Amino acid sequence: MSSPKRAFAAGARDISPIILGVIPFALIAGISAVGVGLSELEALGMSYIVFAGASQLAAVDLVGRHAPVAVIVLTALVINLRFCMYSASLAPHFHGLPLHWRAPLAYLLTDQAYAISITAFGNGRMRHKHWYYLGAAMTMWVTWQTGTAAGVFLGAAIPKSWSLDFAIPLTFLALLFPAIKDRPSLVAAASAGALALAGHGLPYNLGLFLAALGGIGAGALADGGKHHAP
Amino acid sequence: MRLDSSTLWLTMAGIGAGTFLIRFSFIWLLGRGQVRPAVQRVLRFVPASVLSALILPSFVLPQHAAFSLGNERMWAGLIAAIVAWRTRNVLLTIGAGMAALWVLTNA
Repeated sequence: MSSPKRAFAAGARDISPIILGVIPFALIAGISAVGVGLSELEALGMSYIVFAGASQLAAVDLVGRHAPVAVIVLTALVINLRFCMYSASLAPHFHGLPLHWRAPLAYLLTDQAYAISITAFGNGRMRHKHWYYLGAAMTMWVTWQTGTAAGVFLGAAIPKSWSLDFAIPLTFLALLFPAIKDRPSLVAAASAGALALAGHGLPYNLGLFLAALGGIGAGALADGGKHHAP
Repeated sequence: MRLDSSTLWLTMAGIGAGTFLIRFSFIWLLGRGQVRPAVQRVLRFVPASVLSALILPSFVLPQHAAFSLGNERMWAGLIAAIVAWRTRNVLLTIGAGMAALWVLTNA
């Protein structure tokens, strides 16, 4: 990766296939926000301010069900707690960058930008990592905002029978297999999946977060023996 | 009656500020330091764990329904999983899963 410009372009290119799975999600986020009675400006504002699909959908759903403000905020934040793990995972790669770089990079952090970048960073040494990440994350941001806006203005023209929301888990599925590199990571994925099913009924969507923690712990345990000091 | 507009904007500001702080947390704190190797070894299990936890309930218990063998999303997900495993191709995986769901739902 010889120049910042090329690193930016590579990030944008690598994230593009994933983004096809994001478009229906963005459309649904826009459509559902208007659907529960948010104004067009409020629906767009939500997408710019929060910029996190699953939590936006949950918040909109709770607004529609007249949930108390504290429950709406708490639920959305619990769903987004996973970003804390991405933040920790990416931090070493943004080592030494000034604050005016790191703050926007943090705002742009998504499942997709994380998955693409951490995969690329794992393949040996790369220069201009922050430009690669910015290329991927900005592409995601523009797609998300355009898709949400289209959803807001198109309204509920798309029939529910198209099941476009199914594209989201399919996107994550395509990213999961490259993440399973060895036996410990397989143990992590299998444990997290089983725990997510078991904890599905927990309030505030805590199941997802606890399942992820459990999977990480199981992976570390399976990995345990190998790395201890000789 | 939904939330009045100013309460709604405050709610969104709360979610936005909290979400930003979560995203910024380690990028901010560790920007000048190093993550210890022991922590990095644990963090390498984050992608597989989070992705799997996001996926399985959407396939097996969609829309908070109970487990059912007649659930088309589970079978479509299984077909997509085989495609993802064999091809490692994002577009083929999404295409196969969506096509399988449409065929199974309309069959």
